[in-house]
Amino acid sequence: MLFKRKILLLLIIAAGLVLAFLFTGVSSNWDYILPRRTVKISAIIVTGAAIAFSTVIFQTITTNRILTPSILGLDSMYLLVQTLVVFFFGSGSIAMMDSQVNYLLSVAAMVLFSFLLFKWLLRRGGNIYLLLLVGIILGTFFSSLSSFMQVLIDPNEFLIVQDKMFASFNNVNTDLLGISVVIMIGSLLYYLPYHKYMDVMALGKDHAVNLGVPYERIIQRLLIVVAVLISVATALVGPVTFLGLLVVNLAHEFLNTFRHNYLLAVSILFSVIALAGGQLIVERVFTFSTTISVLINFIGGIYFIYLLLRENKAW
Amino acid sequence: MVKVLNLFKQYGTRSVVEDVSVSIPKGKITTFIGPNGAGKSTLLSMISRLITKDEGEVKIEGQEINRWKTEDLSKKISILKQSNHIHLRLTIRELVSFGRFPYSKGRLTEEDEVKVEQALDFVALSDMQHKYLDQLSGGQRQRAYIAMVIAQDTEYVLLDEPLNNLDMNHSVQIMKTLSRLVRELGKTVVLVVHDINFASCYSDYIVAMKNGRIVEEGAKEKMIEPAVLNSIYDMDIDIHTINNQKICVYFQ
Amino acid sequence: MKIRYTSAALLLFSFMSLFIGVSDVSVTDLGHMTPEQVEIMTVSRLPRLLSILIAGASISICGLIMQQLTRNKFVSPTTAGTFDSARLGVLISLLLFTSASPLLKMGVAFAFALMGTFIFMQILDRIKYKDTIFIPLVGLMFGNIISSVTTFFALKHDLVQNMSAWLHGDFSMIMEGRFEMLYLSIPLLGLAFFYADRFTLAGMGEDFAKNLGLKYKQVVNIGLAIVAMITASVVLTVGMIPFLGLIVPNIVTYYYGDHLKKSLVQTAVFGAGFVLICDIIGRVVIYPYEISISLTMGVIGSGIFIYLLMRRRSYAF
Repeated sequence: MLFKRKILLLLIIAAGLVLAFLFTGVSSNWDYILPRRTVKISAIIVTGAAIAFSTVIFQTITTNRILTPSILGLDSMYLLVQTLVVFFFGSGSIAMMDSQVNYLLSVAAMVLFSFLLFKWLLRRGGNIYLLLLVGIILGTFFSSLSSFMQVLIDPNEFLIVQDKMFASFNNVNTDLLGISVVIMIGSLLYYLPYHKYMDVMALGKDHAVNLGVPYERIIQRLLIVVAVLISVATALVGPVTFLGLLVVNLAHEFLNTFRHNYLLAVSILFSVIALAGGQLIVERVFTFSTTISVLINFIGGIYFIYLLLRENKAW
Repeated sequence: MVKVLNLFKQYGTRSVVEDVSVSIPKGKITTFIGPNGAGKSTLLSMISRLITKDEGEVKIEGQEINRWKTEDLSKKISILKQSNHIHLRLTIRELVSFGRFPYSKGRLTEEDEVKVEQALDFVALSDMQHKYLDQLSGGQRQRAYIAMVIAQDTEYVLLDEPLNNLDMNHSVQIMKTLSRLVRELGKTVVLVVHDINFASCYSDYIVAMKNGRIVEEGAKEKMIEPAVLNSIYDMDIDIHTINNQKICVYFQ
Repeated sequence: MKIRYTSAALLLFSFMSLFIGVSDVSVTDLGHMTPEQVEIMTVSRLPRLLSILIAGASISICGLIMQQLTRNKFVSPTTAGTFDSARLGVLISLLLFTSASPLLKMGVAFAFALMGTFIFMQILDRIKYKDTIFIPLVGLMFGNIISSVTTFFALKHDLVQNMSAWLHGDFSMIMEGRFEMLYLSIPLLGLAFFYADRFTLAGMGEDFAKNLGLKYKQVVNIGLAIVAMITASVVLTVGMIPFLGLIVPNIVTYYYGDHLKKSLVQTAVFGAGFVLICDIIGRVVIYPYEISISLTMGVIGSGIFIYLLMRRRSYAF
């Protein structure tokens, strides 16, 4: 089967990059470096999987390939939480130091925010684009709030927020990784019963309802899964807005199928490849002068404009 | 039996469907006719639970539509909307297979494959079943969608303007297929049609709507009459009988 | 909403705003102001008032023109990537010419704003699904992409905080000698008025406009150039003012209809007044400190925008 062979190929590339990341460029000090790198690469796999997975689901729900859950305003929400913490407690605050508290705080704030947004809009019978637009506007609201506070914060402390603003796998905490994996597995289990509907959902609302899909209910549940996954990924390493768009569209180009079994697998693999490869480049080529999210948003963004400018029927 | 009782629907302050009650006879072709904006499509969408009703009841086999499980309903009634864009790259067969989703939830059994095969045969698309939807002509694509609904194997088949944008030849093909659905497979077909002559030649029962209300309904013979049509369309329409079919002439 | 009343209100608020601030200048001092008070007036208060009026009027008109040309009520410099592109232009000019003169910065920012808006129009052409809500969504994403490019370079050259200042509209830094670039907008507004009828025609669609003998492409390009130039000058002097170009035209055309000639003046007056009121609110709320315009506008603007979206749903399906 062609799909299986393509997936195998990606699997080999991904594994190769992971191994290269783990074992190259070390002269000594294995005991110190290897465990640290293992944590980092695990964070990469977890984040990559979460973002790819949630973007696939999200695009299926919206039947649109140029949307990403990252534009829901969750990133701005995250930034706002970080800025608020520094603003009110200063950079030396306990919350900033104790990354677990900060993490749980951020995830909780983001999930709560998206939950309220979905509930409110779907109850009013709003369509999904309206939901997105409202999300994005609230995002602008949050970021105008954070940037206002950032200007008030004195420059030294601003640097600390700035660190948090850009995704970074350099300082992932082992405990955070554990919590993230637990939350992710939880949401995966929650998602599983709905998996069978995904192919039909991609046909759009009318067809799905006609074919007996309990549409509204599934949309609500799936949006919650998406919100949780994006929040976890964002809080773990910071916002990587365009990663999802990049990898899911690559997966579509690569496979040209609507079947979610394959789409999900390939998107996740592309995501791991992009992140692991990106991190390798950041560490070994740019020697940490840029961060992975900035690099990926840069590349992903440009690829995306290219996609938009090319004639296409998918949107 | 599909029974609609005192149905209402508003968008903002604009009433689209107002106090509509109608029963759809089993084993027949029922057409909804009427001027633009009469509320025909909205009514069809409410009967098939695609949009929610504001007030009133839709009873399918005696049970209110909201009390049906949507999964069970999809084995009872199916709808094809006039704008059914699917952006996915699908082959005809893949599309038709989706019609079996209510039964198999995506894992096709032997029986499902047979049904898909039959549906493709019924609309004469078996030869090109592996072509992609975007390679088809408008008429072929419409037949593919109808095959999907046939594969869904529901007692009631609702179609919202299935002849939209089709030329004469394809329109006749589609109407013949629908007619066979009723005569050969014993389905109940409900459709919205704009061309009054297709309604006259193919339907058994006609429901006429105007401004969100039903103005007249009845058997075809009773409906295709100058006085009735005048009350629906506000114009004088000559009716001639050609080859035993009542044909409306309204071009001058 | 008669133009007479809005203009009168604008004058009143303009007058008020001259006497709000940390240094004490009150209305009663008029006629016998101390030299310091006169200086405060000419160096800070008057320039601030002028820049508010010009920026408010011109960005609102930018929004109006864009909405006409794209035939979409939710397109504006904020939702079409124009602001973000201008900001990228500023960054590039800073990187290429270390101590760029304001005029050079302006030129580069203008070029980028124009290019960005143009790319957005190209994207619009290629999108098949022209849902009113979907288009601003695409525009906002496009803006995000441009910003991520900006961030990439800013981070590499340690300019993130500078860029964040340009992102963040603020009138408190306006002083004599630092806002005159805004005057560029005034002739552009005149040009916009001159072209108003043609923009209205272009807004009816390319085929329609051509049928009436309009040079469609040319008119659209002039419209976009006006928008880009104004946006660039505002970004450089004041910073981004979110939602302004979106809300004001929507409110005005709701009352006056879409004929540009009728709504243009009203939009300018209303836009200027709206910014002025937001600025006064920002100055008063936590006196003696200030809330910047982009924050007040962010809060008030996003609220009004969401309201407009919701209202739209209830009657336009």
